[in-house]
Amino acid sequence: MMPNHHPSDELLIAYAAGSQSEPLDLVVATHLALCPRCRNEVALLEELGGSLLKELPGESLDQADHDSILALLDEARPEEPVRPAPRSLDVDPMIPSPLRDYLAGPLEQLDWNSFQGVSQVDLLPGVTDVRTRLMRIKPGTAMPSHTHGGSELTLVLAGGFSDEKGHYLRGDFAEADASVVHQPVADPGEECICLAVTDGPLRLTGPFARLLNPFLRF
Amino acid sequence: MANVSAAQSAASFHLAKLALVIAPLMSVNDVMEADITAQEPKAPDSPEDLMSAVAERRDREAFVELFRIYGPRIKAYLMSQGADRATAEDLAQDVMLTVWRRAGQYDPKKAGVNAWIFTIARNRRIDGLRRARRPQIDPDDPALVREPEQQADQMVDFAQRSARLHVAVAKLPPEQEKLLKMAYFQEMSHNVIAKELSLPLGTVKSRLRLAMAKLRAALESLE
Repeated sequence: MMPNHHPSDELLIAYAAGSQSEPLDLVVATHLALCPRCRNEVALLEELGGSLLKELPGESLDQADHDSILALLDEARPEEPVRPAPRSLDVDPMIPSPLRDYLAGPLEQLDWNSFQGVSQVDLLPGVTDVRTRLMRIKPGTAMPSHTHGGSELTLVLAGGFSDEKGHYLRGDFAEADASVVHQPVADPGEECICLAVTDGPLRLTGPFARLLNPFLRF
Repeated sequence: MANVSAAQSAASFHLAKLALVIAPLMSVNDVMEADITAQEPKAPDSPEDLMSAVAERRDREAFVELFRIYGPRIKAYLMSQGADRATAEDLAQDVMLTVWRRAGQYDPKKAGVNAWIFTIARNRRIDGLRRARRPQIDPDDPALVREPEQQADQMVDFAQRSARLHVAVAKLPPEQEKLLKMAYFQEMSHNVIAKELSLPLGTVKSRLRLAMAKLRAALESLE
């Protein structure tokens, strides 16, 4: 099954250009593993990068004569293996690489933090301005209605959810910014597992929510 | 070890060292091929030709040509992202050595040479300048959702696509072209670009989308 909801052009450009932070790259790259259409888009954007590179006026190199270039090859040592041996973690096949490399173990063994039908675990805790979470939402659970100080990127890995903008299933990518007030509801019948990246404080919008806002980190 | 022996046999094309150092390693075919290259006047080769000479024959002279084409541009790319001259020079050499080492992995069915070298330079910049990790797909991952076979086997003429892209970028309205170049060549988020240009973020995004729509349209006529 191919995804129906994709990252915006700007996100794919930023991924191909290599100009955004690791959490954003992580959620985009994990979508790419599930979406041949966006892999083709990124290939196009890398061609664009190559074409722009080729057009750059060059900076003269200090060592560009024939013999020094050949001397480089003589000194070249074989490269270290690029990819470390795959970790023999018994990870759920639902979790594609590169996300797999960010999990400390199988889903059941992660350090889940649960509250009212939603369990979450923070990935990349060292990154302070962006929060990266793996979330498990019980079937049929409604998330509190909220808006965002920044943007919220959500990739569905299992199950599905709906909000005002659509219905999202495995591989689907939802992008919400400060202008969006939404209340995602997990599909009935199956737990919904998502990767969520938020880069601004989340603001609840329900009647009592304003009172709670000061206590939320995101 | 494969790399070492490949480098040794590639050295067979460096005629100056031929007799002295590695003659014992050469096969008859190598000698014949080396003679032919030495006698024929060299026609200017496309990056694609040079790349396949490096990949298939470990052709050192072809590598020198590639180095002269891409080395200075990679240095300029790295300097535009804040590297000083010396760091940019080191990293550019490093990128070109990676091109030499990984030439065998270059697949002309999947990417043009420009794009392939761009991705190596980009990744080296991310780990060398920004010291960050770049999450990427693993093409061998069993969880990877694959494309239906038909489309995956399509032959793409990347040289032609690259030429089209080049023309299409030149035809973009200046404000779109400028944004695209900023997005690729300056270590800036779109937020920062918006601030830098005193534009609303929404305008930056919509201009990038417009630019992409035009580039896609330019390529569609090829497919």
